[in-house]
Amino acid sequence: MPKMTLSHFEASMLFSLFTSVVLGVVTKRNDRDRLHYGIYTFVCFFAALFGLGWLMYFGHG
Amino acid sequence: MAKEKEQKQPLPPVAEWAPALALSWLVPGGGHLLLKRTGRGLLLMAAITSMFVCGLMMRGAMFQPESGDLLTTLINTGGFIGDVASGILYLLSQMLGYNQPDVAGAVHDYGTKFLVTAGLLNILAMVDAFDIAVRRKD
Repeated sequence: MPKMTLSHFEASMLFSLFTSVVLGVVTKRNDRDRLHYGIYTFVCFFAALFGLGWLMYFGHG
Repeated sequence: MAKEKEQKQPLPPVAEWAPALALSWLVPGGGHLLLKRTGRGLLLMAAITSMFVCGLMMRGAMFQPESGDLLTTLINTGGFIGDVASGILYLLSQMLGYNQPDVAGAVHDYGTKFLVTAGLLNILAMVDAFDIAVRRKD
């Protein structure tokens, strides 16, 4: 199996994408809500990623 | 009145939900496919399988149950349960001899987390398939 080398950002984005899809599918009761929740979860992951990234950047001084 | 609504209905016979639950564990999304929720089943299958395969390609390590101090036991047993929850993906990787030692490195570490998370997401899919099979959900 080929080896995959990803940056932190790429790995986090992939993680967010797959997790958001599953959370969207299993959480809500109709397709519209599922799509909205999946997108919402992905945006939350994305915001947390950038937020924590900047926090660590400033924390390092 | 609210309590009446919340009153739990009796669980249908095991034969009605066990196949969906078992298939859901064995094949991610398989329970949904069995219950004729094709779109959702395929989405779950694609997401969970992709996550597991990415974990393998990043050379993540599989957990083995270990005893020791409480934290070691919790992490390794929990990780092992997460790995096994991927069903056939885990079984195949073991049968085909995947044996990546736990080495230092961000990519390996991400891989390990991808492998465990794929299993944990499959547990969510199993719960969803169960809810559909017992008619708590469409």
